[in-house]
Formats: sequence, structure tokens, C-alpha cells
Amino acid sequence: MPHARPLSPHLSIYEWRITMVLSILHRVTGAFLCAGVALVAWGLVALAAGEGAWGTFAEFCGSWIGLILLVCWTFSLFLHLCNGIRHLFWDAGAGFQKSEYFTSGWVVVIVSVALTVITWLWAMRAGGAT
Amino acid sequence: MSSQPQHVQDMRTPLKRVRALGAARSGVGHWWWQRLTAVALVPLCLWFVWLVLRLPHLDFASAHVLVATPWNTLLLILFTAIGFWHGQLGLQVIIEDYVHTRWIELTLLIAIKFLAVIGALACALAALNIWLAVY
Repeated sequence: MPHARPLSPHLSIYEWRITMVLSILHRVTGAFLCAGVALVAWGLVALAAGEGAWGTFAEFCGSWIGLILLVCWTFSLFLHLCNGIRHLFWDAGAGFQKSEYFTSGWVVVIVSVALTVITWLWAMRAGGAT
Repeated sequence: MSSQPQHVQDMRTPLKRVRALGAARSGVGHWWWQRLTAVALVPLCLWFVWLVLRLPHLDFASAHVLVATPWNTLLLILFTAIGFWHGQLGLQVIIEDYVHTRWIELTLLIAIKFLAVIGALACALAALNIWLAVY
């Protein structure tokens, strides 16, 4: 690097907090969701290509690894969505009190878990992907 | 003062002004587009989950009919295009933060932009193809 900069303390010295966990998870889920949108692309292209290609796609989605990934993608989507809305409030200048960002953090966790459970209960009630 | 040309007021080149001194005055563009696409994706994501929930059995014929509904075709194209765009903006920040070897960083930055355009175009063409096949 042309300009040496001082380094911040390493992550491992900090006590785990909901705020930092959500900050890290926002990035992790964001990166994971990029693979999710690639899956959507695969599905759409397969649907356009015909019944054979769609069959391969549907088989992957219905397999154990596919279902586990789909549950992870559902949770990632809702967590990134809820935490993203939290970020938008911060961008507007709201919710910066210490008590507020701890509360909003737990609201994000509870709502995204609830939405994931509701989505999958709905999917299973309607017949399930398998 | 205002009658003087720019270079008389400030002899420094833009590069000199930016190097270790501050912003290149284009950073707000990234920030703004990330937020704009985020706002658009809030309703689009909820709609997409609702769409997929109407396809619990993933059979070809009903998926084809569902995607070919004009509103669904339009919203799917918007969802995938904005989704790829937003994802690419986010991956760019992650790469810039964690990849410290310049040529790998640059290669990855170019690759994600190319892949995002290919992905978004593939989705749009596929959705239009399905739409045209039914109507």
C-alpha cells in the first residue's frame, strides 16, 4: 500500500453484541443472496428452455441440499430486508439512540425468523416442494 | 475572482486534489443507487415470495402460466434486474474492503459487473420468451 494507515483493533477483542452480529450478518446474507438471484436466473432460463431443463431445476430445489439452501435463502432474504429497512431509517437520521438500535436489532431478528417460519409453514401446507 | 479561469484559482490537478486528501466526488453515486435499489426491492422481494408461494409443486405448466401473466413478467424483470444491480453494488463494497491485492480486486470488480449484466439480461430475455410463448 502506498500510504500506511493505522489498523483498528482486531474483531476478536470485542464482546459480541446484537449490533455487530447484525452488521456482519447483513454482509454475509447480502453475498449469499447474490447466489439466490443467480438461482432465480437459473429457474427463469430453465422455464424458458423447456420441460427438461425445468425438471433439472425443480429436482435441485426439491432435493435435501436444495431445500436446506432454500430455507437459508428465505431467512437471508427476510433478515437482509428487515435490517435494510433499519438501515434506511438510520439514513434518514432516525433511531440512533443506544436503546433504539438495540431494540430495532432484536425486532429485526424476531420479525425475520417469524416471516421465515410463516413462509415455510405456508409452503408446506400448500403441498411442499417435494 | 469569477472572471478568472479555473486553473488560476487552483493550480492543482484533480488527481493531486484527490490523492490522500479526500473524495473523488463520485462516491455519493454508489451510496444513492444502493439506497434507491434497496427501496425498490422492499415491495419487489415481498411480491416475489408471494409469487413463489403460489407454486408449491413447481410443475412446469403452472409455472409457465404464472410467469407469463403480464404483470408477473414485468415485475419479474424488474425484480431480477434491480436485484442483480443491488447485489453487484454490495459485492463491490465487500471486494473493495477485503481484497487487498490490486489486480485480483480489479478482476473481481469487473467480473461481478459483467456477471450482473449477463444475469439481468438472461432473466429479462427468459421472462419475455415465456410471455411471448403463451400470448
